[in-house]
Amino acid sequence: MTEQGRGDPGRELERMIGPVGPELGCDECFDQLDAYVELELTGVRGDVAMPAMRAHLVGCSACRDDHDSLLAFVRTDPADLA
Amino acid sequence: MTELHALLLRAARFEIGRRRSAFPQLGGADLDDLAWQSANDALMSVLRRLGDFRGDSRFTTWASKFAIVEAGVKVRKHAWRGREVLLPEAAWPTVADAAPTPHQFAEARDLLAVLRQEIDRQLTPRQRQVFVALTLNNVPIDVLAERLNTTRSALYKTLHDARRRLRAALADRAMGTTGRMP
Repeated sequence: MTEQGRGDPGRELERMIGPVGPELGCDECFDQLDAYVELELTGVRGDVAMPAMRAHLVGCSACRDDHDSLLAFVRTDPADLA
Repeated sequence: MTELHALLLRAARFEIGRRRSAFPQLGGADLDDLAWQSANDALMSVLRRLGDFRGDSRFTTWASKFAIVEAGVKVRKHAWRGREVLLPEAAWPTVADAAPTPHQFAEARDLLAVLRQEIDRQLTPRQRQVFVALTLNNVPIDVLAERLNTTRSALYKTLHDARRRLRAALADRAMGTTGRMP
């Protein structure tokens, strides 16, 4: 096995073994992502309102990237098709 | 429909713009082509799943997530096109550079050594393959899903089960972490 440097070793271990507690799957995360992002935009803390969603975003880097991008996009895009 | 496609194209371009620096090998024409493909595919998904929209968010937010996800997946797959995914080989983090004290260095080294043992001892071959690829070799989950002919969701379930076994094993050895959220 090869070795490579990253960040703090304690954080690295946590990243590898993932969050503790109930966690959504990727499909459920996708289904709830828009509602979660809008909650955050109103100032609601995601880890309090939807802890299983928050846990999944900690554990799944791909869904976390999707979340971060959607939140940033909705903050900046003025679109309103309603 | 035109407005909706324009929204999806903006969202796809936004996502690709965010990921662009991570993939310098992709040219501008490639990236805009990916944005158009993403917007087109996202439009099909939005139309197919219109019945799922329950009004829990604004329609534009709901629709935009399809383009964001579609574009992110396409960029990651495109960037990994032609790259080999070495599944059995793990790239372990070193502790020497990051640990600020000798004590922390020793502790981190011991934790990683135990984790290596438990990966071999506790995980099924499939769980080991997925855990090593995703958490140690940083293969994007969508790329791995494509190579293994499965889905992001199914792979994450395998990763989740592997992590649960490892946490339990580490706890049994009184070496578990809190798994705190950032």
